[in-house]
Amino acid sequence: MIAVNTAKFSLIMIAAGAVVMAFAHWVHVDYLYFASYTILQFIVLATAWNILGGYCGYVNFGSAAFFAMGAYSSVFMHKFFPVPIPVLIVIGALVSGTAGLGMGYLTLRLRGSFFAIATLALAVVLQTLVVNWDFVGGSRGAYIIRPEELEFAGITINYIEYLFFLMLSLAVIALITARTIERSQLGFGFATIRDDELAAEASGVPTLRVKLIATTISGAFMGMAGAPFPYYIGYLQPSSAFGLEYAVNSIAMPMIGGTTSWVGPLVGAILLGSAQQYATVTISSAVNLLIVGLMLVGFVIIAPNGIVGLVQERLRAWRKP
Amino acid sequence: MTAPLLHVDNISKRFGGFVALDGIELEVMPGERLGLIGPNGSGKSTLVNCICGTLQNETGNVRFDGSDLNGLAAHQRTHRGVARSFQLPRPFHSMNLVDNLRVPLLYTVHARIGPLRSTGDLDARCLELLEMVGLAAKAKHMPRDLTQVEMRKLELARAVAAEPKLLIADEAMAGLSHSEIDDILKLLMRLNERGITIIMIEHIMSAVMSFSQRLAVLVSGKKVADGLPQDVVRDEQVVRAYLGQ
Repeated sequence: MIAVNTAKFSLIMIAAGAVVMAFAHWVHVDYLYFASYTILQFIVLATAWNILGGYCGYVNFGSAAFFAMGAYSSVFMHKFFPVPIPVLIVIGALVSGTAGLGMGYLTLRLRGSFFAIATLALAVVLQTLVVNWDFVGGSRGAYIIRPEELEFAGITINYIEYLFFLMLSLAVIALITARTIERSQLGFGFATIRDDELAAEASGVPTLRVKLIATTISGAFMGMAGAPFPYYIGYLQPSSAFGLEYAVNSIAMPMIGGTTSWVGPLVGAILLGSAQQYATVTISSAVNLLIVGLMLVGFVIIAPNGIVGLVQERLRAWRKP
Repeated sequence: MTAPLLHVDNISKRFGGFVALDGIELEVMPGERLGLIGPNGSGKSTLVNCICGTLQNETGNVRFDGSDLNGLAAHQRTHRGVARSFQLPRPFHSMNLVDNLRVPLLYTVHARIGPLRSTGDLDARCLELLEMVGLAAKAKHMPRDLTQVEMRKLELARAVAAEPKLLIADEAMAGLSHSEIDDILKLLMRLNERGITIIMIEHIMSAVMSFSQRLAVLVSGKKVADGLPQDVVRDEQVVRAYLGQ
């Protein structure tokens, strides 16, 4: 692997983001913005899930809850005191990050499938709360009328392009964060937790604190991904914000891509996300989860360590004939 | 008389109705080599777990290097200078050997004496430790490529990487051949010469006898003997525990 330090990597990622943005602006088809927004949103969700699930080995089935918390904090703010979306993203991060910290504190003494069930339960409890909370629309849902355009410093920007830009920036930030963690002391701490918590403690790793950091960062990014969602979708109801597809996709994408590095969730999200968008247009949106299921089964058989793992294996075999 | 490095004071631990440890008293002097023996199920590993913080004792107190360890988590005790190797090696299996040793350097040595200068220094220190246990040639290998004895050596190297004052080697030699046992013994001796106090838990009597300056014996959660090795092995209670009446 070519050694690239964090600063250089950040520049490369920002440049890549700028290229994507310029390309999208050049093509300038509204549908393309719509479709890519979803894929970018899944890059953020998958990367966020992977920080806890891939690096630390704690499987979170409640991604939808953190995503929905971000989305509903935006709905709340929209009715209570409207602020620009970047501020909403920060609020979403704070709300979901705090929830992640709290959930971690309550559930991290559980391991394996018990932890996964606890996170699933959290999603159910939160959905029930939101359904019964009238201010944010309850079970009826909430409409958010999105302006057509955005005026900013004398320039008029297409609103969907603006949302696309925000999500692209979030994806870039999430990927830079994930890779920075991977190479830091924290990343080593995460890996020791995945490998062996007793040995980690014996080596001096404060496991509970490290895990809480992971649940907080992971939750915060999911909240960030959810914050602009009401503006994107226009009408938010509990069953769409807490949808099964968020929980399933944010697990399946890193698994298919590979969980040990930042590349995995990126590859998985692009692959699965594009396949789903394609299926939505050509067949029906109902086949989305079927695609996920089939691909997951396929990859568990062909490449249990994901695409990244498969490529690494091939490279190793190729170097050592 | 100098103060003991480790003072285990009246420690008890039960699992449900089973009394695993019953009022254990134990003192270890700085630089000492203590052997801890006892039949299976006598509470040796439980005692280690209580000293290291993996388990919390119900009564009594562990004093280490002048301060109480009670209530501290395992990692905090590692930071204070208590290190252990596990009976069954528990390497970080997704990391190569160098990275395995990097963990205690990053998390314990950093916490205690401040950051090492650079990644280069970290790498150098990891290699030095691997050199010490004779694994330098496998620095970039994964733990699954190692043999049993190499795994034990890695386990010890990782414990030593934390720069402990006290090293507890929990059956570091079980299941090894004679020459491999000699390897590990030499390694532990060298560590002791560098000033690390060592508690060795072992079933292999020849190893314990040649290593220990003092021997403590646990039977059914009680300490039945503590003294010079040659006296202890002739102790009536010890003989009875091992051979029956």
